[in-house]
Amino acid sequence: MIPPQITRLSIVFAIIIGVFLVLRLILTPVSFGEKGHYRALALIDNMDHEMHYMGNESCQNCHELETEMHASDLHSDLPCEGCHGPAYLHNSKPDSFHLVKPEGRQFCAKCHEQNAARPGDLINQKIIAEHNPEYQCIECHNPHKPWE
Amino acid sequence: MGVKKTKTDRREFLEKLAIIAGGVIAVSIVKPFGSILFAAVKRPETGPWYGMGINISKCIGCGNCVKACKSENDIPNEPFFFRTWVEQYTIKNDETVVVESPNGGMDGFSQSVPDEEIFRSFFVPKLCNQCAHSPCVQVCPVGATFESPEGVVLVDSKYCLGCRYCIQACPYGTRFINPVTNVVDKCTLCYHRIMNGQSTACALVCPTGARIFGDINDEEGELHAFLKENITHVLKAHLNTGSKVYYKDLSPNVH
Repeated sequence: MIPPQITRLSIVFAIIIGVFLVLRLILTPVSFGEKGHYRALALIDNMDHEMHYMGNESCQNCHELETEMHASDLHSDLPCEGCHGPAYLHNSKPDSFHLVKPEGRQFCAKCHEQNAARPGDLINQKIIAEHNPEYQCIECHNPHKPWE
Repeated sequence: MGVKKTKTDRREFLEKLAIIAGGVIAVSIVKPFGSILFAAVKRPETGPWYGMGINISKCIGCGNCVKACKSENDIPNEPFFFRTWVEQYTIKNDETVVVESPNGGMDGFSQSVPDEEIFRSFFVPKLCNQCAHSPCVQVCPVGATFESPEGVVLVDSKYCLGCRYCIQACPYGTRFINPVTNVVDKCTLCYHRIMNGQSTACALVCPTGARIFGDINDEEGELHAFLKENITHVLKAHLNTGSKVYYKDLSPNVH
């Protein structure tokens, strides 16, 4: 014979567990737990972002001259978008969105300013303040073909 | 009767004592192996397992990666929060270490310590280490940050509460509250790009190839070759986070 207090307690417990299960069903977001302790749909959310950097291949169809020049000299390893910025808007609307043509001595200095941390054999380094300070870099060096 | 009962109690007591003592001893023997068991979990045998290799000797500190990361992922330029950034370490002759990262290195570096005081100086690009046993994932109270099946640690921005637990848990300081969305943001290893077969934005724009993105499981791949040919280390290896960002020529001064 089960004592009455045990019966009453069982009912209370059953209600609590039942409420918990219903709440859990309602509050757990869709796709949660399908692949792990997270919303599997969050993987799709993270993929849902437009690519901004399109790669050198996307430039080569139109800018043939620059591509050819660029491939023939020391800057050939540099990606186009490294200096000119992301190309996605320009690629879809070439006439209304233009990429930057970086100018000024400080832009080149980002790579070529002498710095003890820069591996000397990897890159040509100058003390920018002393290297022909009266000129802009691009007056002597074609950035697509710096040793022309 | 009374005497007999006392004897039974003593026997029960001794039995219980033996079980407890045995349990404590067993746990104390197993415990040191806990970390090994934890570290032994992993790396799926099929499918991609993404990571990044960084060749410190090739980094020239131009900041292209920092800029590209911001543009690619629409991270506001100010305030200065970064998914990836570059630090310049300068070890001086008196053995003190200077660490600088003006604007995360986005606009380049200018050497602040004169040449004659420098013992050694180098750049260290940093980003989320895409840990296989991420401390940030372990502390998230709602499951809004997780390791994807490809080994990328991601944030579910629709589900994140912004409680900042994970920011405190990350030993590498790679997480921040995005001022636009007001939830946690971090490097996704350009998940939207890599799942479409592209490289990450930072690796794409690196002029010297100091960043190598790749699939560790791909035996023909660039990252596999990088790991095979070079001796690499991970940051804070003692924390056993299962980091998948591998540094070549990493100095022990870097934390």
